[in-house]
Amino acid sequence: MPATPMLSVGNTAWVIMATAMVMFMTVPALGLFYGGLVRKKNILSVLMQCFITLALVSVLWVAFGYSLAFSDGEFIPGVIGDFKWSFFAGISPDQLSPYYVSDPVGRVPHLAFAMFQCMFAVITPALIVGAFAERMKFSSFLVFTFFWEILIYCPLAHMVWSTNGWLFKLGVLDFAGGIVVHINAGFAALAAALVIGKRNNLKALPPHNLPYTLIGAAMLWFGWFGFNAGSALAADGIAVNAIVTTNLAAAVAGLVWPLLDKLVNKRSTILGTATGAVVGLGAVTPASGYVGVGGAIVIGAVASACGFMMVTFVKERFGYDDALDTFGCHGIGGLVGTLLTGVFASPLIWKGHQSSYAGALYGNPGQFLLQLLASGVTIAISFGGTFVLMKLVDALVGLRVDAKDEAIGLDIALHHERAYTVLD
Amino acid sequence: MKMIVAIIQPYRLDEVKEALYAADVNLLTVSEVLGHGRQGGQVEVYRGNKETGNLLRKLRLEIAVNESFVEPTIQAISKGAHTGEVGDGKIFVYDLAEVVRIRTGERGGEAIG
Repeated sequence: MPATPMLSVGNTAWVIMATAMVMFMTVPALGLFYGGLVRKKNILSVLMQCFITLALVSVLWVAFGYSLAFSDGEFIPGVIGDFKWSFFAGISPDQLSPYYVSDPVGRVPHLAFAMFQCMFAVITPALIVGAFAERMKFSSFLVFTFFWEILIYCPLAHMVWSTNGWLFKLGVLDFAGGIVVHINAGFAALAAALVIGKRNNLKALPPHNLPYTLIGAAMLWFGWFGFNAGSALAADGIAVNAIVTTNLAAAVAGLVWPLLDKLVNKRSTILGTATGAVVGLGAVTPASGYVGVGGAIVIGAVASACGFMMVTFVKERFGYDDALDTFGCHGIGGLVGTLLTGVFASPLIWKGHQSSYAGALYGNPGQFLLQLLASGVTIAISFGGTFVLMKLVDALVGLRVDAKDEAIGLDIALHHERAYTVLD
Repeated sequence: MKMIVAIIQPYRLDEVKEALYAADVNLLTVSEVLGHGRQGGQVEVYRGNKETGNLLRKLRLEIAVNESFVEPTIQAISKGAHTGEVGDGKIFVYDLAEVVRIRTGERGGEAIG
């Protein structure tokens, strides 16, 4: 006879903290990481896009986003929820979360789960900013983000994480968002970059403020402990396993990239090291609660190497202007991690729990195929859906600023503000 | 010898450099400056407070040339910097009394040959 679920103060305290940590990843972490990479005339536009996404999606999520993603009623079974929990209707603060991961008995409040998930819903469209940085109109950005959230994020979150989701029911593993966040945002970024087109007068542009980028990357690493370990929805061994794998994958990735940098580019760079670590973090995200030390090391190393190849060779070969490498890093990193979860998921990690997970290395090659299926479905929805949405937004309100505004810089042109005063 | 000082739009620098190199002018100094001409600058707004007449970012090029290079340099800068829009910039030509190449001690036309 399973025990009755009850409120766990320890789990709740951790999930509340993790919520704040994941919010921190969008603003200021991602804002600084991306902001330092663009030209100085555009930094405010990047910070604005991140900040306003936090505000916009926070409201959208409460209004109906959470309900569409996670409600137990559904408009389309297995695909999307319904509006029953709009504005958190029917969810009082004392109610327990119907969702749990590693601790079926010790629950967090339902609202804690909803708000934790809110921050994932925020950061996913914010990642796409990297694809169209320095050339997108602000109004178009708002329209795009609003509809992308509803039409692409909410369904994918439902399919992979809702207990009614068809990918969830098949047994697809995504501990903290390798599929829902990174593959999703990464391939959406590719589509967005292709539709909006390259920046004018494009040439190798140095980041205007690498210290910001580094600070942003470090803050992302910090926040990622909340992103991954918080996804256990418990303060227990599985959450700690996520801390172990997250830190290790980031560390290994952050060593592999500067090594490759040295071999290929003659010097290890700070930008490469920071980027490598972020790629490793993205890659370990789906695996963090399922793999052990060995899996984390391999995931970090492979993802970093793949990211390095993408950024150094593939982007130039194919000529798409994914300005801040969202596709190259999050898309490819997420894909590598999702697939390798299907290899390295280990029953040893969940020893003592009711549930157990195994990948190909532990005699379950079917898991790898499931991960492959989920990746394919996500890529199709994310890339295809974003491509169509971008075309629609272009047709309705236009996408790009005009050439003169792009040359002057978005900060002045779109916001009438200057980031760095010179005289006073 | 003459010192040519040009104020150009920052985003035209690559085109200007290319035109200069094509005209065999290889010595230049570039600095970032603020300024505006008759168009009076951009509008900036901070918490509802509008500031007008703001100085715009420009680049300043300084190129020391021998007489025979004055006209080709002016042509090259004009060609690279011209867009037809207000704000393209200006070129000033000053007389240059002396030039020294520090490394070798060469003076005059030799130093900027």
